[in-house]
Amino acid sequence: MGEIKPDKVLDASGLNCPLPVLKTKGVLKDMQEGQILEVISTDPGSKADIPAFCKRTGHELIEMKEEGGKFIYYIRKKGG
Amino acid sequence: MAKERLAIIASKGTLDWAYPPLIIGSTAASMDIETAIFFTFYGLNIIHKEKMNKLKVAPLGNPAMPMDFPPSLQNPITNFISSLFPGPPQIMGVIPGMTDFMTAVMKRAFKDHKVASIPELIELCKEAGVKLIPCQMTMEVFGYKYEDLIEGLEPPAGAATLISYVLEAEKPMIIFV
Repeated sequence: MGEIKPDKVLDASGLNCPLPVLKTKGVLKDMQEGQILEVISTDPGSKADIPAFCKRTGHELIEMKEEGGKFIYYIRKKGG
Repeated sequence: MAKERLAIIASKGTLDWAYPPLIIGSTAASMDIETAIFFTFYGLNIIHKEKMNKLKVAPLGNPAMPMDFPPSLQNPITNFISSLFPGPPQIMGVIPGMTDFMTAVMKRAFKDHKVASIPELIELCKEAGVKLIPCQMTMEVFGYKYEDLIEGLEPPAGAATLISYVLEAEKPMIIFV
């Protein structure tokens, strides 16, 4: 997979449940359909919670990876 | 007709038990579930203008207590206290000041882990569109006026309102805390 170019980046480092999910929701709300959001989190719980949030709300989790203790998610806003 | 609705009944007024309804409620709303939290009995303190800032943890009668000191508070003095009082919480709880002390320890642990405060979580619930409903009957029993409670609440209501709120949905859900 080539490099994903996010339209917006949300750095939720240091925040814990439920803040990474709530902040992701808040940022997605103001984005255009089809745009890509990169979420950076240090909360290990986000590994289960962000995919659950995406599955439920219909936003597409394009990729998730772990880099240097950080969890990085690429989410495409639903529609478009 | 609403597709899914979740009602959370918040009946506890301690700092630790204030968290679950607010965390689950705000998260459910962010996952597009219509959500209401019904504050009843001691749970009313979570939305009481003054009492919400003074919620405490009760070590007495809580077998999971004492919790360890968070790493940021571990030093020779706290290690000494831990060595003196490793015992059952039922004994620790009767020591004067222990409730305030354990409350301070828990607040510090939350802060160290960057967990949101109760007032912050209430704001997040409001932003996510969670309906916050105070229980009429217990407000009267406790002598709380609507103006004693925080802004942005639904009108006080009773059990019938809560039950009909969830049953109007295709998938009703209730969580009792």
